[in-house]
Amino acid sequence: MMRLPRFRYLAPTTTQEVAEVLASEGPDAMVVAGGTDLLPNMKRRQQTPKTVVGLKGVAALRESQNGTGLRLGAGLTLTEIGEDPRVREHYGALHQAAVQVASPHLRNMATLGGNICLDTRCNYYDQNYEWRKSINFCMKKEGETCWVAPASKRCLAVSSTDTAPALIALGAKVHLLAARESRELSLEELYNNDGISYLTRRPHELLTRVELPDATGWKSTYWKLRRRGSFDFPVLGVAAAVKFDAGGGVADARIVLGAVASSPIVVSEAAEMLVGKELTDGVIEEAAEKAGRKAKPMDNTDFVLHWRKRVAQSFVGYALRELRGDDMSETRWNTAKIRFGD
Amino acid sequence: MSDGFNLIGKARRRVDGRSKVTAGTDFADDLSLPRMLHCKLLRSPHPHARVKSVDASKAEAHPGVHLVMDWTDLPIEFGILPVSQDEQGLTEIARFAGDPVAAVIAEDELTAFEALDLIDVDYEVLPVIAEPTDSLENPEPRIHDYGEEGNIHKRVSLRFGDVDGALEGADEVFDDIFFFQGNTHLPMEQHASLAAVDPQGKLTLWSSTQTPHYVHRALARVMEMDPAHIRVVAQPNGGGFGGKSDVFNHEMVVCKAARVLGRPVKIALTREEVFYCHRGRHPVLMRFRTGVTKSGKITGTKLQTLVDGGAYGSYGVASLFYTGALQTVTYDLPRYQFQGCRVFTNKAPCGPKRGHGTVQPRFGQEIQLDKIAHKLELDPAEMRLNMLAKPNSLTANYLRIGSIGLGECIERVVKASGWNERYRNLPDGKGLGLACGSYLCGAGVAIYWNDMPHSGVQLQVDRSGSVTVFCGCTEIGQGSDDVLVGFVAEVLGIEPFDVRCVTGDTGMTPVDLGSYSSRVTMMMGNAAIQAAERMREQIATAVAKELEVPAGRLVFANRRVFDAQDPEKGMPFRKAVNRAEAMLGTLGSTGSYAPPRTAARFKGGGVGPSPAYSYTAAVVEVDVDRTTGWISVPKVWVAHDIGRTLNPVLARGQVEGSVYMGLGEALMEEQVYRKFPSKLSGAYVHKEPSMLEYKSPTALDMPEVFTELVEDPDPNGPMGAKEVGQGPLLPIMPAVANAVFDAVGVRVDEVPITPEKILRALDRKAKGEEGRYGPESFPEVRWPEPLEVPPPWDGGDGRAVNDPDRKRAAKLAEVKSS
Repeated sequence: MMRLPRFRYLAPTTTQEVAEVLASEGPDAMVVAGGTDLLPNMKRRQQTPKTVVGLKGVAALRESQNGTGLRLGAGLTLTEIGEDPRVREHYGALHQAAVQVASPHLRNMATLGGNICLDTRCNYYDQNYEWRKSINFCMKKEGETCWVAPASKRCLAVSSTDTAPALIALGAKVHLLAARESRELSLEELYNNDGISYLTRRPHELLTRVELPDATGWKSTYWKLRRRGSFDFPVLGVAAAVKFDAGGGVADARIVLGAVASSPIVVSEAAEMLVGKELTDGVIEEAAEKAGRKAKPMDNTDFVLHWRKRVAQSFVGYALRELRGDDMSETRWNTAKIRFGD
Repeated sequence: MSDGFNLIGKARRRVDGRSKVTAGTDFADDLSLPRMLHCKLLRSPHPHARVKSVDASKAEAHPGVHLVMDWTDLPIEFGILPVSQDEQGLTEIARFAGDPVAAVIAEDELTAFEALDLIDVDYEVLPVIAEPTDSLENPEPRIHDYGEEGNIHKRVSLRFGDVDGALEGADEVFDDIFFFQGNTHLPMEQHASLAAVDPQGKLTLWSSTQTPHYVHRALARVMEMDPAHIRVVAQPNGGGFGGKSDVFNHEMVVCKAARVLGRPVKIALTREEVFYCHRGRHPVLMRFRTGVTKSGKITGTKLQTLVDGGAYGSYGVASLFYTGALQTVTYDLPRYQFQGCRVFTNKAPCGPKRGHGTVQPRFGQEIQLDKIAHKLELDPAEMRLNMLAKPNSLTANYLRIGSIGLGECIERVVKASGWNERYRNLPDGKGLGLACGSYLCGAGVAIYWNDMPHSGVQLQVDRSGSVTVFCGCTEIGQGSDDVLVGFVAEVLGIEPFDVRCVTGDTGMTPVDLGSYSSRVTMMMGNAAIQAAERMREQIATAVAKELEVPAGRLVFANRRVFDAQDPEKGMPFRKAVNRAEAMLGTLGSTGSYAPPRTAARFKGGGVGPSPAYSYTAAVVEVDVDRTTGWISVPKVWVAHDIGRTLNPVLARGQVEGSVYMGLGEALMEEQVYRKFPSKLSGAYVHKEPSMLEYKSPTALDMPEVFTELVEDPDPNGPMGAKEVGQGPLLPIMPAVANAVFDAVGVRVDEVPITPEKILRALDRKAKGEEGRYGPESFPEVRWPEPLEVPPPWDGGDGRAVNDPDRKRAAKLAEVKSS
């Protein structure tokens, strides 16, 4: 089997201790929560931290709290997020995203914070050491070239988190704790469209919680495209949230695409054009086309990239039609092998 | 259907079921011995390179490292087929990226892994032969210095009757090209092997293998040891599907290392390495030219196959012949020509996967039949029913068919699926497709020529009443232990729980050739019945004397032996055994089985003959979205002619597992390579050697399956049984393709049938072009003169009329079938 490399393991019990460890260890340290992303990466030698800081014993990361919105600890598992009735009722997109990550076994281990900070993925990078050695490595780890586009100056690895597009559509903020200056920023600001420096989180910062605003009047949804009904990372994620006015028109809207770039992509043009209109077939089609144009997939995930680009529009359409109230359950079942709302 | 049997036909929990689900089964990687060391292999990063030198000094100096080896430590070549002895434990010439060139044996796996990076290998990098067209166009550099010429491993050309005349005389001739992409077995268990040498110098290898007997033979050759001093134990396999039927380099490496170091040495492959062992489905390009009458009868078929073998011979010569062997056993095919060519490429070696070599042409044949039915405006089910091969007949290529329940299979799936009402009548985007298949119940000839049994069974019965059955057969998850125990218990009238079985151990059990070609139930089953009947005879002799009734009147049932005319008169099985032991001495019996002699006497006629053929029909329903091409399968109906069902739980499991595997091959699985821009890199690597990115369906993707078992007992089968492990896979892929046509009116003439390919075909149709996605042409191959074998109805006797060494061939055929 594949073995982990050698590393030092620390197991603090408070967020403050974690912050202090991260401050003193610097970029050579990484935190591990569920381990479903980091540990396979370590076995393949994609990530080789000298120090691994375990978050399992940090109880504060597993707290959630009701206020005007909802505060979710970064250490909650995706199973817990998926089963939380408050999430299911008010933040449909997050519920739908969480229950579609990976497989049940992985969701029992994987955490919300881990999915938000998920390493970017690429078919040239998510390979074991020997494979990467035989292609002379890639820009993201030990190499020079981005094999997806050898002329590219930046790494084109793909943002593959399901929960982030949903959370961004829901207007989420995240809290980053540091030994000194902690900060809060909108989740959108946590990301860079760069496969290597895909997070604006600094090495000494710990993502402790997610803050969701009050969702009164909002409806949201998340559509995931992947080959199989379980297990796979997204090759496209579409999160959409719409606030309807009393007359059934759109008062506000957000559409976010996942897995089409190195960060989640907010497609404001498509969302803005919905405002003040009813979600008629024509309006949906126009918005879907606008949003679809923003999808610029590269040939580094499953499926052929031309096809992925072409179907982005269809999936945005599915999401908006569902928000309008259409019964999309058969399409949902056929594409994602999942049923919601019964 | 139980027909007065004690156990046969009744659903039972398999004998190894509890231990499998409670972690009580020791797979090879579960084994551990005192002082055991661990092995890791250094694999070539180059797809084609000669190892000029290996500098192991730094690795050897690494703390915890005991031994570093390269090809000079294991120079003797081996291979599964006598004609393809082309592999080395550690290779001098790397023939694909992943071919092992050196081994480290260390205290633990991590140390061994770290030391791999310290080995300096000086390679002479050679040009890459990436695809079969490259192999045909570039005789140099040769991947192997044997084979027909250049990078052509083997060509075959066989003609059974005047097929050109048959096509000329046809009302319509259909000419279609299909491509079946390669895919791999993906067993849950990764291969592992443990070798140990005892103080006397005898070697034992415990391994994940489907063929311990062949591993035994190869080890004797490579280790240069007397085979009597080698023992190979096949641990229960966590799935095989053909992927553990070869003799593997890692097995040679741990045996050699254990002999050098005098300590047990183990290797447990990673998932990536399993992709490099491969031996999976050959990618096959094929061209079918078929003549038909207006009423839908076939006049003749010409088939050409181009078979991508990858880097080694493996079973490839057999795989190649299999691409042309079984076209004749399902439907009347009076004239037939087969030309096939297997080439070497710098990819992981292909070999046997479930349905070995017959899956790819079955895909083409069944789609072509669908096209024929469409063009002739015939119902595809009805058309097939009107052209079925006949039971108890000899085919154009001299395969002897026994029972054939295909007609009933078709009728059952037609009825269950509502075919007559729903086919061609479903709303746009929904469709039904039908296809059939057939498979062998064991290869008629062994891998090496010999005149000994293919399966042997030994029974030991002691005075406690316990029965132990010994057989070299290998439990690979398919339930062969259950079949073995079931037959013995049935004949002796005892419970399966009363029987202990010892299997797959060349040091303890009689030879069985292995778990491949769906041979186990047929061959081991017949041998077990013979052994058990001989034992029953011994016991009956003693009981008859004691009870003073004729032995022929005794019944063995419910753990008793009693008089059929007076059931009260009898004794418990244990007492009966005691009487027999007192009368005859220590009890033992043996049974063995060799397949009937084949009717095919021409060169290449050794591939295809089998004691019996199983048959399957399937209907698949699909749902296709015209905008995205997205395809899903809501339901599958499948009926399989099994001859007789032994344990319905296992049989249905095999059918449903075949549907699962079939849908994976139909919709998503592909073993493909990525070539890097040559200016920047010479890399040519397996695209996705991981269980995450090599896409195979999950439990959620599995549709509802309606399974029917059709029982048409075959005279050669043990209690009439035929195989069920492989046949049900065959119709699934073409049925999916045919259903896509019914749903949206386009053809995808290759697998996997993906959304993007369906969408491309729809786009073409929308532009007024042919609504099809698939290969456009078949490359030029220099075919040899065909061997002319007149079919039986043309006065043939199974021999070629133009074989230059006809006399020699005839003599050989006699030797092998006597």
